[in-house]
Amino acid sequence: MSKKPVAAATDTMTDTATVQDADVWPLWEVFVRSSRGLSHLHAGSLNAPDAEMAVRNARDLYTRRNEGVSIWVVPSSAITASDPDEKDAFFESPRGKEYRHASYYTESEGVKHL
Amino acid sequence: MSDTSFKISVGEALTAEQITAQASKPTDAVARYALRLGDDALVLAQRLGWWIARAPELEEDIALGNIALDQLGHARSFLSYAALAWDKTEDDLAYFRDEHEFTNVQLVEQPNGDFAHAIARQFIVAHFQFELYRRLTGSSNDMLAAIAAKAVKEVDYHRDHATQWVLRLALGTEESRRRMIAGLGVMWPYVEELFEDDELVTSLGDAAVPPSTLREDFDRAVGAVLAEAELDVPQGFVARGGGRRGVHTEFLGPLLAEMQVLARAHPEATW
Repeated sequence: MSKKPVAAATDTMTDTATVQDADVWPLWEVFVRSSRGLSHLHAGSLNAPDAEMAVRNARDLYTRRNEGVSIWVVPSSAITASDPDEKDAFFESPRGKEYRHASYYTESEGVKHL
Repeated sequence: MSDTSFKISVGEALTAEQITAQASKPTDAVARYALRLGDDALVLAQRLGWWIARAPELEEDIALGNIALDQLGHARSFLSYAALAWDKTEDDLAYFRDEHEFTNVQLVEQPNGDFAHAIARQFIVAHFQFELYRRLTGSSNDMLAAIAAKAVKEVDYHRDHATQWVLRLALGTEESRRRMIAGLGVMWPYVEELFEDDELVTSLGDAAVPPSTLREDFDRAVGAVLAEAELDVPQGFVARGGGRRGVHTEFLGPLLAEMQVLARAHPEATW
């Protein structure tokens, strides 16, 4: 158990206190593997004071109805995402670029066992 | 004592409706035992439900709400079973008994206070219920054993949830530690009552679990967490107890009034 301060707990413990932005718990991305799935799929995100609590919160939020057998949590800040503004450059349609697929190429004459 | 007409495999999902429809009538003593366990769970569920929309974060709202629902599920099972003995329903028992007829321990009726108070209460209750249900799965009464088998897995999680918070609050900031110590101090006087044996439990033999037999494991498990949290086991004043005999603190009355008002104003209403 690490002894890091749980800042949020102090200011928001009473029912009259208001949550201050600075004290909001960090954000975590949750990945759940379903009983029939082979890989973990992104289920959503949540706030938690640390990783251990994030796993427990994820269990409450995303697996109450038998959805999963395994949970991963990742700090949202650890994820590097592609820039939505560069979508065109990043994900340009491959149409017209059939040569990117193996089926584009014809079998050369005389080559056996291909 | 054994309920031979109703065989359920341990761990099988068991609903209150199934119990009402299929269980055979328990003896008066078994029913009174089921009633007290059900009352513990019902009153605790009502207390925990208050936190919905009031916890420090949305995620904690949901965690406490889920725990409240688990407890309500256990209460429904125990009360449905007890009700069969007296030709009543779970609703009769939940909504149409008065304060002195409730047999819950006084700990579960203690006010929510701040988050640390609620966690302190939860920490004690969850460890107590875990040890109790774990043993009750071996009850000679098949129905009690089946209800306990379902409940023990859920309570195991409640225990973990409370433990995580005790550690975080105690080892967090100066303020969170102060509040955790204060919360434990308020709730600890009600610990003693949990482990008192009485005539009813003794008369039930292998069907019931004498609470005194849980004390050693409770102290060990709770002590280990408190040690990790660098907290002392609170010492000092012990509440007079008596919840099992219908003697309650001033906090149960208002709780019941709120819980029962709708059912009493509109008997047999459904929604």
